[in-house]
Amino acid sequence: MIKTDVLIIGAGPTGLFCAHQLGIIGLTCEIVDNLDKAGGQCIELYPDKPIYDIPAIPECTGEELTNNLLKQIKPFNINFHLNQRVEELKKVNDRWHVKTNGGKEFDVASIVIAGGVGSFEPRKFPAKECEKFEGNSLFYSVKDKTIFKDKTISIFGGGDSALDWAIELSNKSKVNLIHRRDGFSGMEASVQKVKELNEQGKINLYTKYQMESVSGENKIDTVKIKHDEGELKEIKSDYILGFFGLIMQLGPILDWGLNINKKTIEVNTENFETNIDGVFAIGDICSYPGKLKLILSGFHEGALAARGCFKYAKPDEKLRFEFTTTSKATHERLGIKK
Amino acid sequence: MPKITYNTHNNNTHTIDVQNGLTVMEGAIQNDIPGIDADCGGGMSCATCHVYVNDEWLDKLPLKEDGEEDMLDMAFEPKKNSRLSCQLIVSDALDGLVVNIPSKQG
Repeated sequence: MIKTDVLIIGAGPTGLFCAHQLGIIGLTCEIVDNLDKAGGQCIELYPDKPIYDIPAIPECTGEELTNNLLKQIKPFNINFHLNQRVEELKKVNDRWHVKTNGGKEFDVASIVIAGGVGSFEPRKFPAKECEKFEGNSLFYSVKDKTIFKDKTISIFGGGDSALDWAIELSNKSKVNLIHRRDGFSGMEASVQKVKELNEQGKINLYTKYQMESVSGENKIDTVKIKHDEGELKEIKSDYILGFFGLIMQLGPILDWGLNINKKTIEVNTENFETNIDGVFAIGDICSYPGKLKLILSGFHEGALAARGCFKYAKPDEKLRFEFTTTSKATHERLGIKK
Repeated sequence: MPKITYNTHNNNTHTIDVQNGLTVMEGAIQNDIPGIDADCGGGMSCATCHVYVNDEWLDKLPLKEDGEEDMLDMAFEPKKNSRLSCQLIVSDALDGLVVNIPSKQG
């Protein structure tokens, strides 16, 4: 069990800056995120797209913003627990015990939910019967590529993941690449490579087709695809891979007894505490009258939530307001040597 | 004000006055029309405000920007008449637009 003052759920910009604010006032924290890296939507949805409304930063990308926030919290040596989704929340006396799906356990005085619009999960095929094969012959990510050797793989999607895996697997497997239109969103070089491999007969490319159904006994045997104009084709397949990006799901947070309104958590605007004492929510996931879903609003919310956490972590101490420019204690915490 | 009609997948019809300048997505969110999630808040980054546009409107809408078709690849059951409702800005020209909301957004 990891003991710390605060557990932050979500390593997006809001969660990262809240960690900074906790560090400044002398509280410790750890951060959990379902993704394999910090940055949240900034990294997952728009790492290369510019952002123009961060105060005093005329322009930066999602990736630059994330890297700068990570640099800003470096002095606090905060532990990240990535690829972990928070599952269970339990009150034990004055503390919270939190468990993740990866078996990590935390003992904390308070919790800050900075979960954006939820945790990212792969988007799935619309066809119902796909569920039955998920994990045995149908996948939304590749964990062990050796299972595909000498097999027939049907890959669906038009982005970089679909193209990259089609190219990579075409070495040792028979690959069908199926996409809903002629254009691809992946990198132009990969698109060209796929087209070359198609001409050489190493990849069978089916554009303007989408999945109609899959069938098989225990494992997939055949996939049926349908053209825009209605024509159906049956393709023998041992495995199916679907790459349709990620979607955000609130997940287990829904079961914690929080006041939820339209996929967001209601909070007060004094310290962004929820209806549950010691549980705070900041950033896109919180709602209050006038809420703006901007990164800068998340920073403000994180600063106030951090102060709200103080009385739970140090009930016998009083928090004194200080400026980072002049506070000696803050300078020590930041490791600044004069 | 232009009227926009939203048909939900379970055949409920909502006809709403939507202010010029708002997006079709915002019209749905502000009026609590179910089925449009708009997780990213209108940034053409998530494909959860996906709608099917009635055929007679397809040619009257502003053309898709590059990124919209890429995002539609990610949408749940995209079709030829798929659009992201965050990219449809309401104007008098769109008065009477009918959009159909898919059964799911992801």
